[in-house]
Amino acid sequence: MTKTNLNRRSFLQVTALAGGGFMLGIYPKATALAQGPQQAALAPTDFIRIAPNGIVTITAKNTEIGQNVLNTLPMLIAEELDVDWKDVKIVRADVDNKYGNQFTGGSSATPANWEPMRQVGAAGRHMLIAAAAQTWGVAATECSTASGRIHHKASNRSLGYGELASKAATMPVPDFRTLKLKDPKDYKIIGTSTISVETKEIVTGKPIFGIDVTVPGMLYAVFQRTPVLGGKAVSANLDAIKALKGVKHAFIVEGRPLRNDYPNYLFEDPGFESGVAIVADSWWAAQSAREKLEVKWDFGKWGAQDSAENAKKAQALSQQTPARTLRQDGEVEAVFKRADIKAVESNYVIPFIAHGTMEPQNCTAHFKDGKLEIWSTSQIPQPGRTMTAQLLGLRESDVTVHVVRGGGGFGRRAYNDLMLDAAWVSKQVGAPVKLIWSREDDIQHDYYRCGGFQFMKGAVDKDGKLVAWHDHFVAYGEGNAFAHDGGFLPTEFPARFVPNYRVQSSVMPLGLKTGALRAPYSNSTAWVIQSFIDELAHAAGKDPLQFRLELLATTPLPVAAREAGLDASRMIGVIKLAAEKSGWGKRKLPKGTALGVAFHFSHRGYFAEVAEVTVNANKKIKVNKVWVAGDIGSHIINPSSAETQAQGAVIDGLSEMMQEITLKNGAVVQSNYHEHPMLRMSQAPPQIEVHFLKTNHPPTGLGEPALPPILPAVCNAIFTATGERIRTMPMTKQGFSFA
Amino acid sequence: MIKLKVNGKNQQFDGDPEMPLLWVLRDELDLKGTKFGCGMGLCGACTVHVNGKPMRSCSTPVSAAANATITTIEGLSPDGSHPVQVAWQELDVPQCGYCQAGQIMSACALLAKTPKPTDAQIDTAMNGNLCRCGTYLRIRAAIHQAAEATPAKATAKPTTKAPRTDTRLLPNKK
Repeated sequence: MTKTNLNRRSFLQVTALAGGGFMLGIYPKATALAQGPQQAALAPTDFIRIAPNGIVTITAKNTEIGQNVLNTLPMLIAEELDVDWKDVKIVRADVDNKYGNQFTGGSSATPANWEPMRQVGAAGRHMLIAAAAQTWGVAATECSTASGRIHHKASNRSLGYGELASKAATMPVPDFRTLKLKDPKDYKIIGTSTISVETKEIVTGKPIFGIDVTVPGMLYAVFQRTPVLGGKAVSANLDAIKALKGVKHAFIVEGRPLRNDYPNYLFEDPGFESGVAIVADSWWAAQSAREKLEVKWDFGKWGAQDSAENAKKAQALSQQTPARTLRQDGEVEAVFKRADIKAVESNYVIPFIAHGTMEPQNCTAHFKDGKLEIWSTSQIPQPGRTMTAQLLGLRESDVTVHVVRGGGGFGRRAYNDLMLDAAWVSKQVGAPVKLIWSREDDIQHDYYRCGGFQFMKGAVDKDGKLVAWHDHFVAYGEGNAFAHDGGFLPTEFPARFVPNYRVQSSVMPLGLKTGALRAPYSNSTAWVIQSFIDELAHAAGKDPLQFRLELLATTPLPVAAREAGLDASRMIGVIKLAAEKSGWGKRKLPKGTALGVAFHFSHRGYFAEVAEVTVNANKKIKVNKVWVAGDIGSHIINPSSAETQAQGAVIDGLSEMMQEITLKNGAVVQSNYHEHPMLRMSQAPPQIEVHFLKTNHPPTGLGEPALPPILPAVCNAIFTATGERIRTMPMTKQGFSFA
Repeated sequence: MIKLKVNGKNQQFDGDPEMPLLWVLRDELDLKGTKFGCGMGLCGACTVHVNGKPMRSCSTPVSAAANATITTIEGLSPDGSHPVQVAWQELDVPQCGYCQAGQIMSACALLAKTPKPTDAQIDTAMNGNLCRCGTYLRIRAAIHQAAEATPAKATAKPTTKAPRTDTRLLPNKK
């Protein structure tokens, strides 16, 4: 991902607004543009507009999917501009290269924008001060700002930003590198909870989501995609479908590989998939028509794929010499041969799971006169525009993409397949079309969190010290490539902290799209690693929390070049905080109730979590309380939002303990929420305490890193309470369920 | 011809009587606050009040709602001043917000019947409403706050003002 740093590739520029006022933006430098995928017009990125009436409008450039980024980035600008939050209006940016990379994912908005957005705000304030100083004929250093006004204390004069906006537009733009930013102790907005700017629209039912988009003359579409990856619709009873009430069009979509030919689906979108489109005067008419739809498919090479067979293949591969070694430190095998160690062997099974965003995937497209307009909830809309232009043979500049609020993303909306479908259908029927997926479409045509099989072996010595760690990861992929987001990072803890450490892998083929799900990689690997560390702690006869602290206190092997190194001191900090808040080792718990702990470093964030879990005789579990301790740097920009993101991550992680996607005859078996459940209110922990350890590091994001530790924390608690270790997800496979 | 009274207005629908009430509300009457989630009554995103009772409009054929009085999220108050909407804003309950209309409609139905619900009563009433973002803790807190803010007998009636009990949050004026 690219940062929107105000670096040598960009500069600030001010523009006077027609009718008075001020607009400050970041301009990409011509050299930067030349390196981009295509030459974009040199246009200002209007992050700040100040109208003569004093209204400050701040542009939010990322997609809002529930992470509250509509507040986060404008808050940074407003803070340094020194305006009151209540006087700020937020507008959404359309997709435009002038905003740099409009990337919503990887918990990257905060770390990428913490500095540049504050610099934009500070530059605006600097220019307004310059305008006031010139107006009054005083030195700029004698002027101060507060709540959207410039004050000259010596002469007791003041002017509002609106009154100065037009003049400020004529002031020289400061070099942002020399701008002095506020002393954090003077922050009025950063660190204060702000209500999400669209909360009122949400609670009053305003049509702000992708699915609510309306275009005059619009038709409604459903798309029966091939149930098997790479399958083709050969024929269908189209005449019968077209005769149904309300149906206007029904046609076969042949599909077309874009950048990749099947089955080279491993790294990018498989392209434009085949299926049957039905377009009607209402969505219900189109959807009802599907009940009568009969399609003859050619399912191609993946038509016999079966999850049970894949599991057998994985077992067979685990018995063979691993295909690759991803990392090797020391000599693992020599340790396992020693007589003075205790070895533990365990196999963990990671299922595929779906995103299941509450708002089913949808997209509205209007193709007219060689131009295309799209309304999308995409998290990464720019590549979607590129692919869509390519599919329809348009210039990218003829494709306009409006980004609309998405009802949850979790990574699903990083993929732009719906843009292709809606655009194609609109062009075919010559009308604006809203394509809405049913929940069944959504569950069965996802970019799934990839499954895998972890064959673990570890050893502790007689002092209870972890001395060897071996992991044979049997995964999906081809050759040296893992399926998209289905791999394993060889830098993952406890790498560097165990002298003898080895991760190897073998892969088997897969005909299923996989992709990013909230905290990709981490959402499954943290469960395996932190569960297995727990197994080793028990084997060592040590307190699981103490065992972890001792492991982190080991002098680590040096960080290799380009390796994201975990800072053990930050992790120790959050573990101790979670231990303190949860009363770890200090509370007597009733029989059947226990605490479990886990930690994980991902997306630049350090999180430790403790769960208190009660398990009854029927293996019904109740998570009584969770303590979350996180270190995401020096400031929590929006505390209310941070709390709810972390609480949501915990609940999301608990839902994952119930979920599984399986394949039969090449197609996904599960269809709706009854087969791919989510935690309900009565199953949610009644209390989730969230604590942040503020450390002297730049603030980082929170969409993802609070999720991974909850699964192992709960599983570790279940083990302590029952003696049974959950090694296969979903936990229902071992008879566990939420009470 | 099916007659409905939606948010106090008389409406008529002469299309497919099997069309779920959800799609009549959304696409025929342009009331898009009610959301499509699952189409099977599993998630509660489509919850509306039919004759005062919470119903899953995605799996209620419009014919089954003939002559009924229907309230949607848009009908709670013109300006978000219903005590439940106020509490939702004060505690900033939503994350993505997609399920929240259904959550609010279920919460209003609960409070109309049980003005001071316990946690257990809240769980029972709200268990049919899924939230993928996991806002359950704030939903529960907001229901308690709305209950506190509402005189015992006037729960169902919109009020224009509710006391602010939480001043942590700064509203953003647009």
